[in-house]
Amino acid sequence: MITALVTIVVLAALAGVASVATAGAPREISLADRIDALLPQTQCRRCTFEGCRPYAEAIARGAADINQCPPGGERTAKALAGLMGVEPKPVGKEFGVVPDHPAVAFIEEDACIGCTKCIQACPVDAIVGASRHMHTVIAADCTGCELCIPPCPVDCIVMRPAPAVAR
Amino acid sequence: MTARELLAGGLRIEAHKQRSTKAPIRAASLVERYVIPLDQHSGLPAVPLVKPADRVRMWQPIAQPAPGISAWLHAPVSGEVIAIEPRPAPHRMGAPTLSIVIANDGRDERFDNAAAIVSFEQISPNEACEHIARGGIVGLGGAAFPTANKLESSLCENGPQLLLNGAECEPYISCDEVLMRERAEDIVFGARALLHALCSPNCTIAIEDDVPEAQAALRQAVDKAADPRVRIKVVPAIYPAGGERQLIATVFDAEVPHDGLPADIGVVCQNVGTAAAIARWIRDGQPLVSRIVTVTGDGVREAGNWETRIGTPFSSLIADCGGYTERMSRLIMGGSMMGTSLSHDDLPVVKATNCIIAASALDLQPRGLEMPCIRCGNCSQVCPAFLLPQQLHWYLQPFDGGQLARHGLLDCIECGCCDYVCPSQIPLVERFREAKPLLTRELDAHLSAHAARARFLARNERLARLEAEHRAKLAEKRRPKNEPTS
Ligand code: SF4
Ligand code: SF4
Ligand code: SF4
Ligand code: SF4
Repeated sequence: MITALVTIVVLAALAGVASVATAGAPREISLADRIDALLPQTQCRRCTFEGCRPYAEAIARGAADINQCPPGGERTAKALAGLMGVEPKPVGKEFGVVPDHPAVAFIEEDACIGCTKCIQACPVDAIVGASRHMHTVIAADCTGCELCIPPCPVDCIVMRPAPAVAR
Repeated sequence: MTARELLAGGLRIEAHKQRSTKAPIRAASLVERYVIPLDQHSGLPAVPLVKPADRVRMWQPIAQPAPGISAWLHAPVSGEVIAIEPRPAPHRMGAPTLSIVIANDGRDERFDNAAAIVSFEQISPNEACEHIARGGIVGLGGAAFPTANKLESSLCENGPQLLLNGAECEPYISCDEVLMRERAEDIVFGARALLHALCSPNCTIAIEDDVPEAQAALRQAVDKAADPRVRIKVVPAIYPAGGERQLIATVFDAEVPHDGLPADIGVVCQNVGTAAAIARWIRDGQPLVSRIVTVTGDGVREAGNWETRIGTPFSSLIADCGGYTERMSRLIMGGSMMGTSLSHDDLPVVKATNCIIAASALDLQPRGLEMPCIRCGNCSQVCPAFLLPQQLHWYLQPFDGGQLARHGLLDCIECGCCDYVCPSQIPLVERFREAKPLLTRELDAHLSAHAARARFLARNERLARLEAEHRAKLAEKRRPKNEPTS
């Protein structure tokens, strides 16, 4: 059953049918949707935009190049080049290095002072906690964007290799 | 003719069973040390109940199942636990895994299992499942899936139909054939216990058409039991007839959904060896501490089937067979089509060890130089999972996850039929086996990207809403008190 769902969702995504969660009534699949479907959804902003969707929109209106996404790496750059009908090229160095392992954030809970700054930074709501209480990262939801690391005043957030997906 | 026969797929290949079935089942020699890996069944590793220096008796429980899918383990001999440490294991392709090591004192002092002997008709089906679990019973067809877990997950309203798989999976393996020949009564006893545990209306024992002696023995045992619920069905010996899905298609003319389980169409499949093991546990109080292992191939002097205690090293079994011949070239656990190659024989027999092949060049399929695919279509004609191996292969270079998923790579049962017939000698299964985890990972990544996108958009929307509310409040405050509100 789960495999079926996985397959359906993935096939939809692969076919470029970005079933965007917020879209209510069925609407036309725009170029931005198709670009967005190819992006890794790390939401790390290394592409210099406010997330994957804004980057997709920028590409669609010709305001950005196809090689700005380090988490996507060569594969994403290639897929984007294919979609846009341009020559593929490697990810630009100025946007950061392509990570070789997926990583997730981990809060050293003894050190956490409960300032909630990381919660505000997390683009995908992967951190739970309350003011002046210990915070923690939901590893399964963390995309590894590292946006929570700079705001932490006590430097208690570290990146760790992502746990293997349980099947 | 059933749909399955019409659509065919599969191969009639040389069974290579004569050598190992000449002699009756013999008892393997006892050894000094038994190594019992804790993770030898599917699911989670068992949790040890003993510690080093503990004395154990034969048949005593030494590890209990972890919560979830797991199984009991019992001592195959009496003696002393000398270590609980990582030891190389065959089901991990020789990698070490945590194991209980028992030094045999040679006395075979029995643990008092009298309470284990029950009259299964007097206990409820649920208790029967639990009881089967306590015997450490796992599927003996090769996957070693804990039987009780399978039964529990298959319970359905009117009771599923029971299918006992006596169709040997692969060439060379003959442990089920000799079992049916010599212990048919155990199988029928086990079948009836399973019928009770599952509230199942009937049981079909499937047997291949090329084993007449086993058929006769089984017929006799079924007649003797005079149980109208148990019947025998002879199926053509087409590899992989013993594959669970293929067998169900042949016997019931029904297809198991590609993303489902046999239970979804009301069938539970068990190996005949498992049924016999259940009989021994319920009737004699003997938990699953030994199994029949086929040792064969041109690389051993005398092939045979051995009643082997779990934890016996492969090397001892090879010695029982008179040792290796000069032609010995490769050691394989399992059958010749789907078995795994092992680099040495200092590995313990586990519950899943149905066969050990000491292969010489004569046994191995000669593999020539790989050539480009000529699109002959042979592979898709034999694929029992109805896939298109040549297409799958095409989409592997370069790796195209979308097409591979669409063409059902994950439904490949790794039977090796496509490989066997490919005139271009392309190692198809090997490539499929390697590609499957990659594809699974890719599908997972897409799924989590999808979830991340949804959370990102939901968060943006929430922030925008909060911002708007905040602005509205500010505007409210700044408005002069006397101005009329519109
Ligand atoms: S760089 Fe980060 S935010 Fe930009 S598209 Fe790639 S994953 Fe998304
Ligand atoms: S927890 Fe940190 S690294 Fe993970 S998604 Fe949130 S902000 Fe990014
Ligand atoms: S190995 Fe896979 S693709 Fe090849 S015949 Fe068997 S099921 Fe089909
Ligand atoms: S059998 Fe081999 S050569 Fe023929 S179509 Fe299949 S992969 Fe190609």
